[in-house]
Amino acid sequence: MADIHDFKTFETAWCPGCGDFSILESLEGTLAELGLKPHEVLIVGGIGQAAKTPQYLNANGFAGLHGRALPPAAAAKIANHNLKVIINTGDGDSYGEGGNHFIHNIRRNVDMTHFVHNNQIYGLTKGQSSPTSDIGHVTDFTPDGVINQALNPILTAIALGAGFVARAFSGDKDHLKEMMKEAINYNGYALVDILQPCVSFNKVNTFAWYKKRVYKLTGDESYNPNDKIGAMTKALEWGDKIPLGIIYKEEKKSYTDHFEFLRESTLLEIPYDKKLIQSLIEEFVQ
Amino acid sequence: MDYNILIGGAAGQGMDTLASAFSQVLHKRGYQIFTLQDYMSRVRGGHNYFQIRFSDEKVKSHSEVLDGIIALNQETLDLHIGRLKPDGFAFADVEVKSDDKRLITIHAKETAKEAGNVKTMSSVTLGALIKLFNMDEAFMKEIFSEKFDVELTEQNMASFKRGQEMVESRYEIGKGNPEKTMLIQANEAIALGALASGLKFYSAYPMTPSTSIMSYLTRRAKKAKMIVEQAEDELAAINMAIGASYAGVRSMTGTSGGGFSLMTEALGLAGIAEIPLVIAVIQRPGPATGLPTRTEQSDLKFVINASQGEFGRMVIAVRNPEDAFYQTARAFNMADKYQLPVILLGDQYLSDALQTIEPFDLEKISIDRHLADPKPYEEGKVYNRYELSENGISPRLIPGIVPGTAVNIDSDEHDIIGNITEAAEVRIDMVEKRARKFDLLKQELIEPDLLGEENMDILLVGWGSTYSQLSEAVDMLNEVGKNKYGALVFGDIWPLPQKKLMEKARKAKAIINVEQNYYGQLADLIRQETGIAMTASVLRFDGRPLSASEIAKKVKEV
Ligand SMILES: Cc1ncc(C[n+]2csc(CCOP(=O)(O)OP(=O)(O)O)c2C)c(N)n1
Ligand code: SF4
Ligand SMILES: [Mg+2]
Repeated sequence: MADIHDFKTFETAWCPGCGDFSILESLEGTLAELGLKPHEVLIVGGIGQAAKTPQYLNANGFAGLHGRALPPAAAAKIANHNLKVIINTGDGDSYGEGGNHFIHNIRRNVDMTHFVHNNQIYGLTKGQSSPTSDIGHVTDFTPDGVINQALNPILTAIALGAGFVARAFSGDKDHLKEMMKEAINYNGYALVDILQPCVSFNKVNTFAWYKKRVYKLTGDESYNPNDKIGAMTKALEWGDKIPLGIIYKEEKKSYTDHFEFLRESTLLEIPYDKKLIQSLIEEFVQ
Repeated sequence: MDYNILIGGAAGQGMDTLASAFSQVLHKRGYQIFTLQDYMSRVRGGHNYFQIRFSDEKVKSHSEVLDGIIALNQETLDLHIGRLKPDGFAFADVEVKSDDKRLITIHAKETAKEAGNVKTMSSVTLGALIKLFNMDEAFMKEIFSEKFDVELTEQNMASFKRGQEMVESRYEIGKGNPEKTMLIQANEAIALGALASGLKFYSAYPMTPSTSIMSYLTRRAKKAKMIVEQAEDELAAINMAIGASYAGVRSMTGTSGGGFSLMTEALGLAGIAEIPLVIAVIQRPGPATGLPTRTEQSDLKFVINASQGEFGRMVIAVRNPEDAFYQTARAFNMADKYQLPVILLGDQYLSDALQTIEPFDLEKISIDRHLADPKPYEEGKVYNRYELSENGISPRLIPGIVPGTAVNIDSDEHDIIGNITEAAEVRIDMVEKRARKFDLLKQELIEPDLLGEENMDILLVGWGSTYSQLSEAVDMLNEVGKNKYGALVFGDIWPLPQKKLMEKARKAKAIINVEQNYYGQLADLIRQETGIAMTASVLRFDGRPLSASEIAKKVKEV
């Protein structure tokens, strides 16, 4: 039987120095440390550089459509809640093309983990601005700088009622792994927005740019991640100082917890009940 | 015996309750029914009606000629009295004015008030209607109590009885048939067919006229231990259904043309990733928002061609509630066997029509999942999701079942494992593999139903919901004409089954396509696939259904 070390198997198509490598490595490490086996995990991606993650791991993989990572992930979890469902995909995929699914899967609160590789740029399509690019960011496609306001994923997620919202940085793998573990173990939709330098197309938000600004909330006794208003205030911090860690956390029922018939078995395991179907037919008969 | 009653008024006037109670009484008494619904896309006001046709024999479709009109407002009477038979009747309250001798005034409002509750006025009218057809109050209490609490049931019964006293019996309708029947709409039959096929997951976004599939499933979800999820949009609806199917449960989505437009990219995902999927597309007139509550058959070419790239899909046009049930069951089996999307194509006319039919027989359907046996993989065999098999069908495993084995799917072109590739040879292998299984599917197609004369002079061709009107139309035509008429009505429509069509077309003197659209999409499809051209067309595209007599008349004219 394949063991934990078998998670890593494939050659990647990423640029040397890309933050995606550290995220992939951290993910492998996290899954291994959690004692998960390849068949117990489902990695889902949309389309983009980040979204290639399912291709590079030996686990169940669903490489879907651009912007559409969350819906199949949620449904797969509902169908078989024994699977650990993890989404690895980009900022454009998650907050732009898939924005509506981001909003509504927070509401849906299926037990799944969403790792957004946030490089504040469209990597795969070669350097357009993304929903998280800051105002003034000059790209080949915004020669005069971005004029649209950046989306704040942390604040948005908290405001929408997400129960687990965290930020990590690909340049701090130990902390990233810690966040990954916490998020995977959380029962419900968990978002980890991972700052990820794109060495090829984002010349503004570089490794050094992030490194200079990030600081960890972990270990800070004065910060209470269960206080929603405080968390929203913290979520507004961006620019000179960027907080890393669990920004907000709240325990609640996840989607499948609401169904009595999913307590004892998964949807997949529920047997066909011919007698019941016959009775449904009878309801129409006279 | 064959009567046709129209019940019309503004939305919110209680016409639904009246029509549904009348249909139920007729059903319980053993009559055969076909109820047509014509409504506007609004919650209050407008003009809406039901046409309830009933008989002691099989009623195939709706009819234009009316024996009675229940006019809940002036507009109903004015709009439809021209279709009333010379010896027909019309019921209306005092506010409706007309010199027409056929009008019978029913003091429904006043009487209901006297009986204790103004809101029960439709029961006064119902009482009068039932008396007119010489029926008593049997079944009424049962019907009311299914809908109302004890007090309201009593009040409705009181109003009903007063209504009975208002008129004399006029029609002798004889005894109903003792054989058991179902009273059901095609959308309910699709939903029931899906449950009978082991459906566990349905995700959809509301859109008329497909919503009744979701509402039926929602009502039964807890009992059936399944999940019905109202998605945030149709993109989510289809991607969720695909995700659930990948994870191993039978799943489905449903929508109308507008929603299906949003689903098209994911249709291709099911195609390239080879994930079984059943989609109900219930048509209404387009483009864009079109006529939301009306009927048309104008999405045939769209569903056959939707989505970029080339991949196999199957399209089944639903012809009647029986067909809806059994074809839904087959759609799931076909989707599982060939690992591709199967579209069930319906329309508003059929979806909303309430009909009596023979009860569904569960023994006639089977659940064939066509999943790979996990055993060899458990024993160490290497699993490749997209194995290049001879017939093009690769072994399908459910993720999470075989320890140590991963199941990978990809919307990019992929290798046998399911990993992204741009290699030219692999691309060719995969395109050909998918084409092979689609070729295999073509051998399992069901030929169109033949109605009327086997050796016809004039061949009519149609598809989907016009089945009911065509079957009645050919009977009418064969009764009078010197020509012999027959019709082929397609259920399986993509890929197009061609055997019977080729055989009949060769001998017929003329071929006429009968469709609910402007361009004649079936005619185009037949020409594209077989080279056969139509002699003439009978088309309707005003959003209203063709009737049997209209088809018969137009066929003779062309
Ligand atoms: C429907 C659709 N629109 C556009 C694209 C092209 N496209 C692919 S990835 C991408 C953006 C990727 O950006 P992001 O999600 O941030 O991922 P990154 O590459 O930066 O990791 C775009 C626009 C597509 N594949 N599908
Ligand atoms: S383009 Fe950017 S995001 Fe993509 S692999 Fe290269 S560095 Fe990473
Ligand atoms: Mg990006």
